[in-house]
Amino acid sequence: MKEQLPALLIVVPLVTALLSPLVAYFSTRLLRGLHLTALATSFACAVGTLIHALTEGTWHYRFGDWAPPWGIEYVIDPLSGVMAVLISLISVLVLLYAGPFLAEEGWLKKGIYYALYTLLTTGLLGMVITGDVFNLYVFLEISSLAAYALIASGGYKATVAAFRYVLIGTIGASLYLLGVGYLYAVTGSLNMADLAEKLQPLLAANSQAVLIAVLLIMVGMGIKMALFPLHGWLPDAYTYTSPAAIPFISGVMTKVMIYVLLRYCFFIFGAMNGVLPAVLEIVGWLAAAGIILASVMAIAQTDFRRMLAYSSVAQIGYIALGMAIGNYYGLIGAVLHILNHAVMKSCLFLVAGGVKWKTGEHAIAKYAEISRRMPVTMGVFLLGALSMIGIPPTAGFFSKWYLILGALDNQQWLYIVVIIVSSLLNAVYFFRVIEQAYLRKAEGEAKPEETLASVEIAIKNRGPELPYVMLVPIVVLGAGILLLGVCNNVIVTNILHYALPGGGL
Amino acid sequence: MGMGFLMDYRPLGAVLISLVAAALIILSKQHPKLQQGWTILAAVGKVVLVFSMLPEVLAGKILEVEPFFIAEGITLHLRADTTGMIFALLASVLWVLTSFYSFGYLRKQEKTHQTGYYASFAVCLSATMGIAFAANLLTFFVFYEILTIATYPLVVHNRDEESIKAGRKYLVYTLVAGQLFLIGIVWAQFAAGTGDFRPGGFLAGTAPNGALQLIFLLMILGTAVKAGVMPLHGWLPAAMVAPTPVSALLHAVAVVKAGAFGIIRIVGFVFGPQLLGELGVAEVLAWFAAFTIIVSSLIALGQDNLKRRLAFSTVGQLSYIVLGCSLLTPLGLLGGMYHIVAHAVMKITLFFCAGAIYITTHLTKVSQLKGIGRQMPYTMVAFTVGSLGITGLPFIVGFISKWNLASGAVQGGQAFYLVVLVLSALLSAAYFIPIVYAAFFQEPEGELAEHYYGEADKLMLVPLLLTAAVSVILGVFPNAGAHLYDLAAMSAQSIVNGQFIVGGW
Repeated sequence: MKEQLPALLIVVPLVTALLSPLVAYFSTRLLRGLHLTALATSFACAVGTLIHALTEGTWHYRFGDWAPPWGIEYVIDPLSGVMAVLISLISVLVLLYAGPFLAEEGWLKKGIYYALYTLLTTGLLGMVITGDVFNLYVFLEISSLAAYALIASGGYKATVAAFRYVLIGTIGASLYLLGVGYLYAVTGSLNMADLAEKLQPLLAANSQAVLIAVLLIMVGMGIKMALFPLHGWLPDAYTYTSPAAIPFISGVMTKVMIYVLLRYCFFIFGAMNGVLPAVLEIVGWLAAAGIILASVMAIAQTDFRRMLAYSSVAQIGYIALGMAIGNYYGLIGAVLHILNHAVMKSCLFLVAGGVKWKTGEHAIAKYAEISRRMPVTMGVFLLGALSMIGIPPTAGFFSKWYLILGALDNQQWLYIVVIIVSSLLNAVYFFRVIEQAYLRKAEGEAKPEETLASVEIAIKNRGPELPYVMLVPIVVLGAGILLLGVCNNVIVTNILHYALPGGGL
Repeated sequence: MGMGFLMDYRPLGAVLISLVAAALIILSKQHPKLQQGWTILAAVGKVVLVFSMLPEVLAGKILEVEPFFIAEGITLHLRADTTGMIFALLASVLWVLTSFYSFGYLRKQEKTHQTGYYASFAVCLSATMGIAFAANLLTFFVFYEILTIATYPLVVHNRDEESIKAGRKYLVYTLVAGQLFLIGIVWAQFAAGTGDFRPGGFLAGTAPNGALQLIFLLMILGTAVKAGVMPLHGWLPAAMVAPTPVSALLHAVAVVKAGAFGIIRIVGFVFGPQLLGELGVAEVLAWFAAFTIIVSSLIALGQDNLKRRLAFSTVGQLSYIVLGCSLLTPLGLLGGMYHIVAHAVMKITLFFCAGAIYITTHLTKVSQLKGIGRQMPYTMVAFTVGSLGITGLPFIVGFISKWNLASGAVQGGQAFYLVVLVLSALLSAAYFIPIVYAAFFQEPEGELAEHYYGEADKLMLVPLLLTAAVSVILGVFPNAGAHLYDLAAMSAQSIVNGQFIVGGW
């Protein structure tokens, strides 16, 4: 059993997803239980494979026992292991949280929702553990299609946003596939390790085909991860998606895309080869510009979710910046920030959803006095906000710490200025919400009309803060923000140190 | 005399005890009496813990603890040395008095937001202990930023437009300063490969002079904002909208002194007097301090609001400490360090008096206080002691530090600063003596003529009489009680010698 862990990691959620409409027809409670169990199993497998990768070295799992480079292999090194743990953990927590949002839906809609959600998880897990660039494309499409549909399920505006995302996202995925095609044409291989070996001389010789492949893959993944200025699809998609799904999509999906880029740049192409330094330099400039502009855009938002969406674009810039810095500390900062930002942003979107569930509001202006009605939720929000600003000892501070160290090492002063300025801009838009939630008094409004929705909300107001299935994930991720901060050294020295190219140089 | 470093958990205990209290305070939200109980318990516990370390520190031992790593290669490192003990003793003792004073103060106020008040206060004190005992730059910074954030709820305690504005101003100043400080810290850490405080500094020879000057500038900007060095002082008068106990302990002792204490650490333990002498930057700092001392006194003269007058007086007095450090002479350092103590007990007395007057009579302006000495004789006698102490009258504690500062200026051949000290003494007499004169020797007008208020609540009166008494006792016996003068002397000696442990003084 143990030697099949990498396969189970993928197969269990995949099969569960395919079964789910059928199960839903018989019992929606069983459906929920089944999916939670499946994702929890995935999480357990992910932890198992990570431990294996850390104790016994990189795990090469041959699918169907076909030897690479012909067969597909799954490769779990500390980096992909950590990503798999992150994806599956957040997936379980957000699914747990999603329950009350779906309570009113019929069996078919529930069945489809759960199927899509689990497919998305499967796709993302597949992308991080596969060692085959075409297989990666397959998983990319699985996750993308599931995500398009999930986003579209958020209502009328969400459909438009999703359609836009479909168009742009498909272009991104196609560019990636085209890039893979070029790579295959010149090397005859799709296996990552094999490619890495065969590409070295070609890159060094500045082969035109490889150059085009590099650019196609960079742009394709740049679109999927919403690297500025390719982020156009993101704000609407994040704003209008159902609050039950967005914490997972926002926290994890773009991070997986960035992981793919990291994998290509530092493990397949090699950051020092041929055109790569120049490409990374450009990525760094785009990231820097994106960090500042997206933060400014975030300040201009009045909708809490949209503010978080722009903040995501900026935070993705941090990770790209770490890649562009490219030395030991820069990469540590980048990978640590993948973890940190996934946890922070999921957590903040959970809070946004919680407030929406409780009060029906998303506008920051309506957040007045919310802290009294939802003390625990807003307490967690406070942690998340401080972490986004980068106040020690929360997680966000330590990504900044390593990024600045890396930039100093390379004497990239501009990047340091960008990181600092961005912290301050973050402070502006988060403290605006904090002021609203903690300090302002709700204005005495005219009594709202008694619609069905307002009655429902009034009923919810009487009960406890939030149902426990929603509150527990919020608190767990909130604690995660603190833990990732205080214990960052444990993660850095025991895991990330071995996750970098060359096993920590 | 015993020599050596000892592993000891008490510095950590002193940090954690009020953090635990903060958690308990939040949990006992429904029981205000219980919250007060936790506050007192933690305050007294902290004093006991800190005092229990005193004999060992005086005997030349260094108590330290490194519970875990907070970033790669950097531990959370707490160390009770002579310098840190001064600040810790001072802050912990004054917290006990301020707590009792707070009970009296808030008793007469609206009963709102008390949980946030007591919890934030407790967190501030934890952060203060952390700053006092921090043994490396990152540890220092972590607690420094926690202090920044934990003070914010206290500044905006009243939840009105004015306090929200003051809160914003406070955040802009302190967060920007914090980020600049962070760059300086990372840079120093990067250049020296370590951030461990060492008497006499550790940066010499680690980077070109230009870089070191820039690091000094960044670090000083980071700390000078909290220490209110002009022109970075703007937040301090604005923050006077906070309740008076907050102004008393935080804006006269903990927060602002954290900035001044940071400057001592930077001058004495990061750069060292010798290196600073070579870089020539300390002199620039001394000019700014001298400028602040004079100009703030002039501004204080024009303030009619009592708390604002005290705030500008604080700005000036804090720069005495900065001036003492930047003289780079043993006596200057000694005077600067002792002035942390001297100014704290005198200024907290004055603030306590201002608060007692406000709560009893609701008067806030200097011009309204004619004849108040007849109604509140004890309060005004304490106020007189504080005022005369600030002007530097012998037999009150302010004289001791100012004498040493003056000697330090002479020692360094910088007699120009004597003129600044004398001029400032005259100016502070000019802004304090009229208040005292009017209180005792002028006929009451307006409010005071119509009503008889009498003395303030005992819970407020006793603390302010105690601090006034301490000002006199320390003025006659500078070593009374906690051997603070010896500690300051040992600390100055260790900085000059470049060794942690010095023989008897």
